[in-house]
Amino acid sequence: MTENLPDHPDWLWAAAEPKRSYDVVIVGGGGHGLATAYYLAKNHGITNVAVLERGWLAGGNMARNTTIIRSNYLWDESAGIYEHALKLWEGLEDDLGYPLLFSQRGVLNLAHSLQDVRDSVRRVHANRLNGVDAEWLEPEQVKELCPIVDVSPDVRYPVLGATYQPRAGIAKHDYVAWGFARAAAAYGVDLIENCEVTGLDVRDGRVTGVRTTRGPIAAGKVALCAAGHSSVVAAMAGVALPLQSHPLQALVSELLEPVHPTVVMSNAVHVYVSQAHKGELVMGAGIDAANSYRQRGAFHIIERQMAAALELFPVFARAHVLRTWGGVVDVTPDASPIVGLTPVDDLYVNCGWGTGGFKATPGVGWCYAHTVAHGEPHPLSAPFSLDRFTTGALVDEHGAAAVAH
Amino acid sequence: MLLIPCPWCGPRDEIEFHYGGQAHVAYPEDPAALSDEEWARYLFFRDNPKGRFAERWSHSAGCRRWFNVVRDTATNEIHAVYRIGEPRPVIA
Amino acid sequence: MTSRPGEVVRFRFDGRDYEGRRGDTLAAALLANGVRRVSTSVQLGQPRGIFSAGGEEPNALVQIETPFPEPMLPATTVEICDGLVATGLPGKGRLADRPDPARYDTVHAHCDVLVVGAGPAGLMAAAEAARGGARVILADERPAPGGSLLGTAEAVDGLPGRRWAAERAAELDGLADVRVLCRTTVFGHYDDNYLVAVERRTNHLGAAAPATTARERIWRIRARRVVHATGAHERFPAFAGNDLPGVMLAGAARTYVNQYGVRPGRRAVVLTTNDTAYPAALDLAAAGIEIAAIVDVRQAPGEEWARRCAERGIDVLTGHVVTAARGAGELSSVVVAPEDGGQARDVPADLLLVSGGWTPVVHLFSQAGGTLRFDEEIGAFVPGDTQARDVRLAVEVAGSARGVPTLSGCLRDGAEAGRRALAAAGFAVPDQAPPPAVEDEPAAAPARHLWLVPAADGDGDDYREHFVDLQRDVTVADVLRATGAGLRSVEHVKRYTTAGTAHDQGRTSGLLTSAITAHALGLDVADLGVTTFRAPYAPVSFAALAGRDRGHLHDPVRVTAMHDWHVARGAPLENVGQWKRPWYYPLDGEDMTAAVLRECRAAREDVAMMDASTLGKIDVIGPDAAELLDRLYTNMMSTLPVGSIRYGVMCRPDGMVFDDGTVIRLAEDHFLATTTTGNAAAVLDWMEEWLQTEWPSLRVHCTSVTEQWATVALVGPRSREVLAGLAPGLDVGNASFPFMTWRDAEVAGIPARVCRISFSGELAYEINVRSWYGLALWEAVNAAGVTPYGTETMHVLRAEKGYPIIGQDTDGTVTPQDLGMAWVVSKKKADFIGKRSFSRADTVRPDRKQLVGLLPEDTGRLLPEGVHLVEPGGTRALGHVTSGYRSAALGRTFALALISGGRERVGERLHAAMGEEMIPVTVTHHVLYDPEGARRDG
Repeated sequence: MTENLPDHPDWLWAAAEPKRSYDVVIVGGGGHGLATAYYLAKNHGITNVAVLERGWLAGGNMARNTTIIRSNYLWDESAGIYEHALKLWEGLEDDLGYPLLFSQRGVLNLAHSLQDVRDSVRRVHANRLNGVDAEWLEPEQVKELCPIVDVSPDVRYPVLGATYQPRAGIAKHDYVAWGFARAAAAYGVDLIENCEVTGLDVRDGRVTGVRTTRGPIAAGKVALCAAGHSSVVAAMAGVALPLQSHPLQALVSELLEPVHPTVVMSNAVHVYVSQAHKGELVMGAGIDAANSYRQRGAFHIIERQMAAALELFPVFARAHVLRTWGGVVDVTPDASPIVGLTPVDDLYVNCGWGTGGFKATPGVGWCYAHTVAHGEPHPLSAPFSLDRFTTGALVDEHGAAAVAH
Repeated sequence: MLLIPCPWCGPRDEIEFHYGGQAHVAYPEDPAALSDEEWARYLFFRDNPKGRFAERWSHSAGCRRWFNVVRDTATNEIHAVYRIGEPRPVIA
Repeated sequence: MTSRPGEVVRFRFDGRDYEGRRGDTLAAALLANGVRRVSTSVQLGQPRGIFSAGGEEPNALVQIETPFPEPMLPATTVEICDGLVATGLPGKGRLADRPDPARYDTVHAHCDVLVVGAGPAGLMAAAEAARGGARVILADERPAPGGSLLGTAEAVDGLPGRRWAAERAAELDGLADVRVLCRTTVFGHYDDNYLVAVERRTNHLGAAAPATTARERIWRIRARRVVHATGAHERFPAFAGNDLPGVMLAGAARTYVNQYGVRPGRRAVVLTTNDTAYPAALDLAAAGIEIAAIVDVRQAPGEEWARRCAERGIDVLTGHVVTAARGAGELSSVVVAPEDGGQARDVPADLLLVSGGWTPVVHLFSQAGGTLRFDEEIGAFVPGDTQARDVRLAVEVAGSARGVPTLSGCLRDGAEAGRRALAAAGFAVPDQAPPPAVEDEPAAAPARHLWLVPAADGDGDDYREHFVDLQRDVTVADVLRATGAGLRSVEHVKRYTTAGTAHDQGRTSGLLTSAITAHALGLDVADLGVTTFRAPYAPVSFAALAGRDRGHLHDPVRVTAMHDWHVARGAPLENVGQWKRPWYYPLDGEDMTAAVLRECRAAREDVAMMDASTLGKIDVIGPDAAELLDRLYTNMMSTLPVGSIRYGVMCRPDGMVFDDGTVIRLAEDHFLATTTTGNAAAVLDWMEEWLQTEWPSLRVHCTSVTEQWATVALVGPRSREVLAGLAPGLDVGNASFPFMTWRDAEVAGIPARVCRISFSGELAYEINVRSWYGLALWEAVNAAGVTPYGTETMHVLRAEKGYPIIGQDTDGTVTPQDLGMAWVVSKKKADFIGKRSFSRADTVRPDRKQLVGLLPEDTGRLLPEGVHLVEPGGTRALGHVTSGYRSAALGRTFALALISGGRERVGERLHAAMGEEMIPVTVTHHVLYDPEGARRDG
């Protein structure tokens, strides 16, 4: 009748007390921070590490995203890191020894205009050359995969087809965070909750430690992983980042009998929807236009989201919104992340994932840990350096969104 | 849904407005004289404070005028509204 | 209870027919019919009954089948109507398999004071605010005003509470500036007192609902001041078997008896931690239900209540607890024992009333940003200071929503909140009126806060039957497992156990979950806190939120003056931005390929016409108009003579192409700039932004005139001849009307502005008339034997000439130089938007992607747009095909592509990678047709 959720392990992690110093202090105990800690320990043998979380572990964007995992990005640089992440996802349950409800149910990205079709086909071909599974589907194939999508011409912007990545899917965000937390803690990493970083100590151009609500902590290296607050934290070391922070909302319905076997995304109509394991519809809404650090968006965004959802899925009409919530996303000018070194020695930054950070979790943890361990970028994250904004070598994932005729 | 006091039309719902990001970022006097770093700073770097932020809005579904707002990004409270060209007001 | 008064309503539940009474909820009607098992629990598959009498119901969830399928509603909120068919749910709802025929709507409202909740406090607050002259909205989720009075039947001013409330509400509704909304749930409180509510208008009418009435509507309310009079929810302690059908909140049982005249059982035990269960027990006893015992966990209940129980012969067991509820599928007995461990006894009962105290409904207050504090007296979180920290809330909280325990207190508190709201909204506050009289209000004894009744031997000692969240089947054992795994935050416990995530969002379980967690961790629940409250307060249908923004109203449809003609000719339409544009005009038996080839030949060899009205048109007027355009376009516009036209490109400051189009100089201080169809609004906004925020000293006005003009492009070697025929007064000679100039003329008797411009390379004109003449012009041109063509042919013609389409051949990463248009970038101007970026390291790279032409070796092979190019034997993508067509003029297929170092590769052989298949192509210059431009002048 109902798909029961798997049991958690009996033990997750112990609350650690901060020590006076660590080799590496990771600021931010979200998915990225925890994954970074895990791969620092596992891949590089660095275990004298603290993960500092100002609230509860993985309580920021990790707890608030719509859990979509895919790697079908347009540009080679993006496909590189997201595909690396997807390959890690494919072995992550075994690696972490934790059920993550990773479900490769495929993702459809719908096209609604001839230009959408061109952009989509372009992405499919780019993906294939990069070894990313991708297909172009005609509307009737979309209907076969997801029968509740309205592919009739009556829709204001009819579905003209879709790209499909079969290996894409969803996972249970909390379990992913806890899986990384548990595995990192098992290596001896200190996971410290309710510990807000209030300052970064910089001496002679080098970071030496952090100040926190639980006292100062010396650090050989400091790795920022504070999505939603990246600008605020980096500013403590005098580092300016090209970020703007905006609320992003999502919502769930009540539990429903299965109707939606895959994940559907539509940029043009602004819908992202999947049906989670328990049966609730999980939907992402749009981003608030104005900068804000309130973890809550404006309601008209939700209303628009519902209108868009019913355009594509008329059967959702009498489903109910049970809960809405918001996170704060850091958005870069080219909609690609910033991962790497900063002008301050031994201070590293990982930020600017916008709406797409969850799917990258293992991939960025892997590359960022390498960057921190070696003091130089991992090849897969190297294109996402801070200095690309000076050279102009952007990884412009907005690019394909340009609309004009 | 913020209630934004347009200096010309009075308080109106947020959906009538278009957001314009940080205020008081002047186009450089002589872009050719800037280094790549300085130009990049103008192109891509904007303040992103958690707290009071001077920002631009345009009443796009109303009078279509641009104006400035000081808003607290932690609470969304609007502290001041003033016209383009006026200095950022000092708020206690 | 077939003897209940009222109009009979017939409904069906779980396949059986029943009768209820008008005004019953489904839950009340089922109880009246002796139906106790309503649903099945989601994880354990256990039978569940009716636990509450309101929206907080965690158990009795039903699926509506008729009149129209709707998933998952609490039976306690469904009003029965004739013909209603519902089924009990096993935890999951079911969506309809057909479109919802109902309408949904939205209302915008403004008021001085919005009062949420029409119970005693809310009614008084609204009355006071209205008395002072404020515009008031009073909203309540139930069908009738009265709140707690509906269930308690307490008297106010000598009237039964229900009648008192109805009369007060009717008085208020009679006032011009007051609106009373019932069946209206305020579910969100957003910034600046923007609240959203859903009003249910037709569900209770069933088949009798008028088809023209929106089923639900969303109220978007902006209120100067809000009074939250949202009441309180009764809670329950965790004890073994507390999920059995027959276990019910004490206040709910009282409501079934008093409001609906329904006996929810025959023999009841009452478990309580406070005095409020006593009047419930007495009301049930008065209704003929045997009260086997009141089990009070305290040593001392209120004296007056104890006296009245004694008077009625009701046994009160103080210092006792219920250690277990027992029964096979529903309650049959209750295990009662002294708390300090004496002899337990099994009391037969089919009803167990529980009251663990009352938890203020602080959802909306918390959503609004209000902070909470723990009140030791009531054992729950209550609203904190509304002026706390730097968030100053324009909010009052009144009545039991802030922990006021008594009816008289709530009435007084409501009136005071109303007066505070009035003053805060800027009204003069009238003299205080005497508060309504409440007669029977015995003094209360302090409550005790008991969260968990420890398991007794043999009864749920593994705590797997002590339910915390009934709907999610979460038990005390689950919470202990979470804390045992190391979790320390209630948010983690919630996520680990799923407590609080169900349909009721933990309304009865949230505080209990925190309390059990705190207990397990040895903490104080006051310090641990509760999980965040988020909108919506109660579930809201997707359709209500979507409102009317669906189908053709989802986004405005824009059409030109000639649209009906295109449709009548059978042209398929292409969505371009919000516009519907004719794609091609098939003749009988023609497919798209044939139609487009024919249209292309007509344009190249004869004469053809296109509706170009959708191009954006912006009037740029003022003494500094030329200066503004010089700053925005990459090329020089100030040198354009009046009467002439120039093509221009706009970049963003990052140097990437943003838009292109022609600029016409109409007068020294008047230009008309055209934009791409999809970008018209963005370009106008762009101009305004620079003008107002950077260059306010420029004296220029920009006005969109897109809708004012209709434009017919007349294209082909015979276009001059056709134009001459239609405009006898116009000298169309090449010398007198040269390329890139415009003339005012009468065309087909219509005043027109004729521009000699070409987006096809052919001799061509664009004839602009006032839009209301558009169709007449179009028909006149067509009558001259001119072939109409659509957007596809337009694309082919321009591609043959290597003219890019912004947004198709560019993607926001392309400079004018990349497009082979260095000629459009002024070297004379000191600056223009984008110029500085052209010298950045990445924009001067020689291997940037550049626009080139491609010729497949197989001349019949069409290259799909989006396919990538690789070097023979290579796999690295060099770029992609942006445009690919069959060319009638070239007699073959061709494509445009953006390719790394493309111009250096002209003549190279590359492969278009179609999966495994490699299509050989040769790179060429991007202008494939008439590179000399010989055809331009006809």
